[in-house]
Amino acid sequence: MIRIIDFILKRHRQINAVLVTIIIAIFLWSFTVDTSHAHTWAEKHIPGFWSLFGIVSCIILIFTARWFSSAGISKGEDYYDD
Amino acid sequence: MTTSCFVHPSLILILGGLLLPFVRGPFRQPYLMVVPIVTFINVIYLGLSPGVYGQVSFLDWQLVFGRIDALSGVFAFIMSLMAILGTLYGLHIKNEWQHVAAWFYVAGSLGAIYSGDYLSLFLFWEMMAFSSTCLVWFNKDDADAPAAGFRYLLVHTFGGLLLLAGFVLRYQVTGDIAFELLDYENSRLYTWLIMSGLMLNAAVVPFHSWLPDAYSKATVTGAVFMCAFTTKTAIYALARACSGFDILIYLGVAMAIYGIIYAIIENDIRRLLGWEIISQVGYMVAGVGIGTALAINGTTAHAFAHILYKGLLFMGAGAIIQATGKSTFTELGGLYRKMPFTMLLMLIGGLSVSAFPFFSGFVSKSIIIAASYQEHLPTVGFLLTMVSVGTFLVAGLRLPYLLFFSEFKGDESTIDKAEDPPWNMLLAMIAAGSLCFFIGTYLPFLYSLLPDQQIPSFTPYDSYHLSETLQILAFTGLGFILFKDRIGARATINLDLDWFYRRAGKLFLWLAENPVQWFDNVWGKAYRVVGLSCLMTNARFSAWFDRRAIDGLVDGSARGVRTMGRQVSRIMQRGNVQMTICYTVSFIAIIMIAFIWL
Repeated sequence: MIRIIDFILKRHRQINAVLVTIIIAIFLWSFTVDTSHAHTWAEKHIPGFWSLFGIVSCIILIFTARWFSSAGISKGEDYYDD
Repeated sequence: MTTSCFVHPSLILILGGLLLPFVRGPFRQPYLMVVPIVTFINVIYLGLSPGVYGQVSFLDWQLVFGRIDALSGVFAFIMSLMAILGTLYGLHIKNEWQHVAAWFYVAGSLGAIYSGDYLSLFLFWEMMAFSSTCLVWFNKDDADAPAAGFRYLLVHTFGGLLLLAGFVLRYQVTGDIAFELLDYENSRLYTWLIMSGLMLNAAVVPFHSWLPDAYSKATVTGAVFMCAFTTKTAIYALARACSGFDILIYLGVAMAIYGIIYAIIENDIRRLLGWEIISQVGYMVAGVGIGTALAINGTTAHAFAHILYKGLLFMGAGAIIQATGKSTFTELGGLYRKMPFTMLLMLIGGLSVSAFPFFSGFVSKSIIIAASYQEHLPTVGFLLTMVSVGTFLVAGLRLPYLLFFSEFKGDESTIDKAEDPPWNMLLAMIAAGSLCFFIGTYLPFLYSLLPDQQIPSFTPYDSYHLSETLQILAFTGLGFILFKDRIGARATINLDLDWFYRRAGKLFLWLAENPVQWFDNVWGKAYRVVGLSCLMTNARFSAWFDRRAIDGLVDGSARGVRTMGRQVSRIMQRGNVQMTICYTVSFIAIIMIAFIWL
């Protein structure tokens, strides 16, 4: 198992290519799925809605957390030791 | 007891725990496994015949120790199952008191789940608080553990008082202590007090700061127990008393978002997992708030799945902390070479919490989201789905990346010490991981345990839901690849609402050490100069009179009491606050038992 992970970690470019292929395949598959039973208008009418939702949510969360951290919430590890 | 065959599962654990210190040598480990297994079998047996057992009349009240129905049955099932896994994980631990505390903690949880009145609920509630505090205090490897234990105990005492005040007020108004659904339409002060008391144990924002604080300071095994019992018992109690309370929907969504934001920037493994508990319990609180049959089924299913995968993640985190002695991402990394099995099992935990198809989170979390859409709450559904993006980002990607695959950042001795844990810890992790996979693939196992079997069974494996989940996971993965450096490890702590009471404690100390101490010094000096000489003369005379005249009359009994008092204080007052609390609680328990039985 360790060897397999070593093998994978050494091949950044190929792994990225595989991952991007999977992501594109999932995105394209979403166009063929029946959305008539979806709950909201957006899900029914925006192609690949959940892909867009996923990436936008991810960016919102990462940058909100970053902003929150830099807004004075993050302190040194010895903050409570004094 | 109304039924002769009813043996309370908590009783087995309590008696088992009391006998444990006397079971030594080669019998210890088999005994440790037998007691929780017998408890688990007892819970399954009780689940076969629902009803109300263990009714005891106490003063004017009717106490119910055994309300067994579909809801209490499924929660008791998973709690007793987790007791087996947790005990197996800690099987190698020599300190028997850790096992005793853990079993009392589980006994408190099972007792609370089976109780049908507020008084017995409160007693078991407090039993959980005290015994789990010991699981923090037993951690000798962290200098901050005693302080964290006190903070945890004080916060839970406050929560217990809210609950107590609530049900006492309710008793004044209604004359009833039955632990049933509260009336939301005609809510009164006691409704909110009871709800707040239960919410504190569920770590609902703003009553949540105790959770990452205590869970990151507990013993390795203690944290595995703690991550399962307190919050999920509180979810059970909320589902019982506050189902359909609208406000819980919004609080649940708020805590789901709040927890995940903190988890994204956290540097300590167990604090990160603690923040994620808050986030995941947010789904359950929202489910209780929605309150429909589907939502309560979803809440129950998610609590069930959550106990297993979160237990697994805490077991993995514990294995790393035990092996390396480090708990922060800035001191760890690249562990896949040294701890491959731990990595594999933590990945299974991460995939389960991230709701990957074929793992437990996928078949449980989506029920709550579906229930929100069904009740025409699309915003709630979208926000909870956004949180599941964050969950995959944190537990499925950031956590394994920083622990196992990123560049090692600590000193060489840390990585040299790292190795997979002993067989019992590994076996417990394999069992939890297998259950995560089993639940995700064989739906009837979990779905047949859910409280409402009348509604149509939920079908998570349809093409639309699969496509939705895979798109979300794939594009979250893409986001992580693009921005992973922005959420890397940083050696910081993140301030939270506990800042207020931690700082208030320091302010109190400052007041005591400065103005109060100054006044005391001045007063003491004046007293010594003016009043002391008069007082001493008077005291000498009184002492002489007391010893010669009064003591002589009562045959020296005062001297006898004084000698005995010195002996007692020498044995019992050693200046250790934990021991003093232990003696006090034991004394109260003895008096209460004596009062009930005599």
